[in-house]
Amino acid sequence: MPSPLKSLTLAILLAFALPVRAQTGGELHLCLHGEPKTFNPVLVDDEASENVRYLTGGVLIRLNRQTQELEPALATSWKVSRDRRTITFHLRKGVHFSDGTPFSSEDVAYTMRLLMDPVTHSSTGDAFRSGEGTVQVQTPSPDVAAIAFPAPVAGLERLFDQVAILSAHSPKKEMAVLGPFYVADYKAGSYVLLQKNPNYWKHDAQGHALPYIDSVRLDIQRNRDIELLRFRRGELQLINRLDAEQFERLQHENPAVARNAGTGLDAEEMWFNQSPVAPLPDYKKAWFAAKEFRKAISMAINRADLCRMVYAGFAKPASGPVSPSNHFWFNAALEDPKYDPQGALRLLAQAGFRLENDTLKDRTGKPVEFTVVTNSGNASREKLATMIQQDLSQVGIKVNVVTLDFPSLIERITRTFDYDACILGLVNTDLDPNSQMTVWLSSGENHQWNPSQKSPATAWEAEIDKLMREQATAPTEKERKAKFDRVQQIAAEQQPFIYLINKDVLVAVSPGVVGAAPVVLEPWGFWNADTLRLGPAPELGVQK
Amino acid sequence: MNTPRLRLICALVLGLIFVLGLFAGTVSPYPYAKQFREHPNVAPSSTHLLGTDSLGRDLFARVIYGTRVSLLLAPAAALLSTLLAGILGGFAGLLGGWCEKIILAATDLSMALPLLFVLLALRALLPLDISPILSVIATFALLGLLGWPSSLRVVWAATKNLRNSDFLLLARATGCSRRRMIVRHLLPNLRPVLFAQFWISIPVFVLTEATLSMLGLGVIEPLPSWGNLLRGLEDISAVSANPWRLTPLVLLILVVICFQFILPAQEETA
Repeated sequence: MPSPLKSLTLAILLAFALPVRAQTGGELHLCLHGEPKTFNPVLVDDEASENVRYLTGGVLIRLNRQTQELEPALATSWKVSRDRRTITFHLRKGVHFSDGTPFSSEDVAYTMRLLMDPVTHSSTGDAFRSGEGTVQVQTPSPDVAAIAFPAPVAGLERLFDQVAILSAHSPKKEMAVLGPFYVADYKAGSYVLLQKNPNYWKHDAQGHALPYIDSVRLDIQRNRDIELLRFRRGELQLINRLDAEQFERLQHENPAVARNAGTGLDAEEMWFNQSPVAPLPDYKKAWFAAKEFRKAISMAINRADLCRMVYAGFAKPASGPVSPSNHFWFNAALEDPKYDPQGALRLLAQAGFRLENDTLKDRTGKPVEFTVVTNSGNASREKLATMIQQDLSQVGIKVNVVTLDFPSLIERITRTFDYDACILGLVNTDLDPNSQMTVWLSSGENHQWNPSQKSPATAWEAEIDKLMREQATAPTEKERKAKFDRVQQIAAEQQPFIYLINKDVLVAVSPGVVGAAPVVLEPWGFWNADTLRLGPAPELGVQK
Repeated sequence: MNTPRLRLICALVLGLIFVLGLFAGTVSPYPYAKQFREHPNVAPSSTHLLGTDSLGRDLFARVIYGTRVSLLLAPAAALLSTLLAGILGGFAGLLGGWCEKIILAATDLSMALPLLFVLLALRALLPLDISPILSVIATFALLGLLGWPSSLRVVWAATKNLRNSDFLLLARATGCSRRRMIVRHLLPNLRPVLFAQFWISIPVFVLTEATLSMLGLGVIEPLPSWGNLLRGLEDISAVSANPWRLTPLVLLILVVICFQFILPAQEETA
């Protein structure tokens, strides 16, 4: 039995142990993978600037990256009108910008005016453009702001997660912020130094002012290998998004620092060129337009092997346009993609194809052969293409793989349409399907298989158009979900995009960072930067 | 070791590598594209002599087929570029005047162009539905067609030197025809220079193809070449875990060294 003295000693040690491990102050050190193009939050259009905006910007409503629920931030409450055209915010009182300027509804009005001004060319503002007319902002009192849009805006509240409020009166303009940090120093090509905002409104449950850490140093480093090397040396405490090989290596060396946040929102996909103006022979156009052909290709691809061999198991077979990590919008009724080469052959036979001497031929006797293009320099995509090449050879289809530099690839898939099939990635930063409008509307530029149509080429594309427009104006989220579920179902039936895999979000976090909980939504590893603490950084025990 | 002996060894090594590449279909135990998906990244064994790559393809088969692609097409490209350099450089050096000025201006312009970007642009213009074999031939043909300017300068200088030589002056004075002068007097004297340029160009083209493949723009998968096999070295940790992946690099270094040792013999005859 332990003596009372020993128990007391243990209790004292434990009491001191926690503060040593997790203390306030210190500098979090990580990398941006590009130069931030702007510090003005309304002009943000690149990942590096978006990261800085997330760490410095104060927003009215914040999307909790872990629960995927909306939470009050600068607005303590909000109400959306039944017609989804007006949102009224009740603002937090006694809040000040980083330079001491008081925050009020005037700042909300100023930010919205700037955001919606066509001269600003704000991509954040574009998400709010619902119809012809101007956005009206009313400020009946310093702590109430009502914003009226000319037409209903779907997922309106969620869009405010991207709107960092600017000060209407501060002489520092966009450098006066309401977020946990402010930009204290910036050296182009080298680093961005963020200091703790002394006026940040948020406090922890015990009433301590947040953030806990004093500063964040964001080094600008494009080379991922150097970033990993610096992490191993202990110079960095966090890496956002490692590739599968780096992650596997790190996991092997030090399992505690390699953190898999789960299946991400991004997908790798393949599609066939169905543009009527494509300079392709008619027989190829007929293959690519046949639903059975596309479905058979999908069935003949072994996605489990793609996940295992290309992504070292850190990926999941993709079943549709929405990742299972998108809790609300994912259609769980969709079937998992099956690998069934025999089923694929049966489906092809229904469409008039036949297998002769290990070569698949169409009705007219033409051997089925096509070229898949992808961007050069992306080793994972090239491996995907090479594996698909072998998978499809099992059903008698000859696939040529061609890698092109990115500008040449974009030229082919958006202007000349001189290609058969393409493998590229779909980057999803938003949970809401509204962000995919240009992909699903037949008139959209990103409707890759047949973009910018004057009128829908097929009945199912017309139905998708109708459903996407209806979900954008539906009064409740439940109704929106029902309509987008149907879009996902049509996409699974028609396979205009053959979804291949969803990559896992792989992050490296030093054991010295306390409270880190990487998630599948951007900014993955430091979404809760204001509640992170720094403890003593232990040796990683790897290459120094 | 004395120089002739070293040259002989280098020639034998090169010959062996060439023969292996030439008979790749007979020597290789598996097709180069076959994926043994249950055995990715396995160590060398009696089943897979050099192990497998990340897609489970037999590395020995890929190295041998890659040798064939790189070592047969690089000399072809070198021959093409040397021929172009010989014809244009010879004309410029022999005729002089406006012809020389135009050819040299074109050479300077070609040398000023960033070869890699020109190759990328031309590669992007090629039709997509060509087979990997045609693609690799096209890549090396482009290398040959664009790789002549540096050789041309050397050939031009040598021709100009010969044009002012006493024996050509004498031949001209005795009424020797221009055709006879080129065939009987000029070409035999230019031969060593052309040979040297040919030998120098081969490793340069092998390395350029390797660079293009490292950028994903050389030989198209699944056809192997030393260049796209070298891409497997991008992941340094995989290399330290699977050192047999260094085989294409060792071969490339060996071939380049062998060519360099053989080369002085040609220069000495010049």
